Amino acid sequence: MHSRRLRMDGRGVVDGFGAGEAIVTRQAMSFFGGVNPRSGIVIETGHELEGRSISGKVLVFPRGKGSTVGSYVIYGLRKYGTAPAAIVNIETEPIIIGGCVLANIPLVDRLDKNPIEKIRSGDWVEVEGNIGSIWVTKGQLRTQLSKQ
Amino acid sequence: MFITKTEERILEGEEGEARRLAMKLLVAIGDAYEAKRMIKVRSAQISGVSYKTIGEPGLEFLEEFSSRGALATVRAMLNPAGMDLARWRELGVPEEFAQKQLEIMRCFRNMKIQPTCTCIPYFTEGSSLRGQHVAWAESSAVVFANSVLGAYTNREGGPTALASAILGKSPLYGMHLDEQRTPTHLVKVRCKLENDLDYGLLGYWIGGDVGSHIPRINSLHGAPSYDQLKALSASMAVSGSVPMFSMNKRADKREEHEAIDVDREELLKTHRALSSEKEFEHICLGCPHLSLKELRLIAHLVSGRKAMKKLWCFTSRHLRDAAEQHGYVGTIEQAGGKVVCDTCMVVSPIREMGIDGIVTNSCKAAHYLRSLNRVESCLISLKECIKYALA
Repeated sequence: MHSRRLRMDGRGVVDGFGAGEAIVTRQAMSFFGGVNPRSGIVIETGHELEGRSISGKVLVFPRGKGSTVGSYVIYGLRKYGTAPAAIVNIETEPIIIGGCVLANIPLVDRLDKNPIEKIRSGDWVEVEGNIGSIWVTKGQLRTQLSKQ
Repeated sequence: MFITKTEERILEGEEGEARRLAMKLLVAIGDAYEAKRMIKVRSAQISGVSYKTIGEPGLEFLEEFSSRGALATVRAMLNPAGMDLARWRELGVPEEFAQKQLEIMRCFRNMKIQPTCTCIPYFTEGSSLRGQHVAWAESSAVVFANSVLGAYTNREGGPTALASAILGKSPLYGMHLDEQRTPTHLVKVRCKLENDLDYGLLGYWIGGDVGSHIPRINSLHGAPSYDQLKALSASMAVSGSVPMFSMNKRADKREEHEAIDVDREELLKTHRALSSEKEFEHICLGCPHLSLKELRLIAHLVSGRKAMKKLWCFTSRHLRDAAEQHGYVGTIEQAGGKVVCDTCMVVSPIREMGIDGIVTNSCKAAHYLRSLNRVESCLISLKECIKYALA
């Protein structure tokens, strides 16, 4: 069974451990004006994740964009109990780093495999920010496990 | 990155929770950008001051951070707030918004951060910044500081600039390193720039083209004024994330670039994309904040006349006081205009104040008012704005 658990190694940017169901997008994310901190729902018009909740999930997206106020929105997500369990980026940047430090959210980037391609929404992902590694269990397998 | 014993102690929380968090943030950024070490900064300029932009999460963070004993240890300044801190009632700012804004100001005051509330701190910072390292967040001021004043700063965000204010340090990477400041794009300006608006349009076009790279701008006729460079810096930082530009006539030895030509046609195209053709009843000037020279010009143009439309002139409290002493504020307000300070049209709740379109000379304001507020702008030069206000 464990052979189905895919490991990827990268860079731990913000420490801590987080695990949850993945929510994946190919699009950059702006938290300022893009996510409602009270509900944890993506509100950016036309975004792939518009209308979806990021609460408690492992949020996988290429990089941050937009205003640096986005860091405070990420802090707000923690404060209102709607924060993601962890964030995985292809290449991160200061808005996301700032938010993750303020909100204590583990953050990993520069993985040895492309996380946007290898992880599907619904997969179970464990993120170890201290060493910069993540473990992915495919969605279907996890559903089987949870039924047992 | 390398951290000193003292920095490590701070990281372990020996100097309190606020300093630990600030250090954790700067070290995380420094590691991500492969900074060698921390560098001392002379000042920090913090963005994310208006309640309109930072909202409840920002206010709650500032309350928590200041209550944990965060204190600025270097000169620390603020970007514009969401309202004139003295005359907000008269200008129609909603009561609830005002109370939140005042709470934000209290948090900053508790952290010993000066309520300068301006996007042009370089007009207030008396002494020369040449060769000095600073941590500034206002994007237009970052470009101006690096390009015109010869200072060294990265494009900081609200939280990182705040952390630098507390620690007096910033990670040594990017624009703090000489070798990172070499232009990569050569922009040849093929037309004569007539006024402030032309400089804004040029900047907006350049930013859209070079993105986050450094352009060297060639063939600018004559020596542009500080006010023109202010407009150029601001719009370049909005359409792109340009950290600096160069105006050196000669290329740096290390320079390798792509050449781009700009003609009147490009400026007209940029104008068509940004400007509305509608006429509006509100004229807003001062994004970035008006300099003393610009306030003098406006006073001169309106002297003894009467504005037929609403004319709002935004500047810093410091410069408003100076302008008052010169009699400019009196002249402008006698003509029916208002000299508003601590804020600007971009960060104040202008929709809630009943404004759905403005006339301005600022490409930056036109960009943000459309994208963040659904407010349209008609873009004309400063002199034309005044003429329009008087007609």
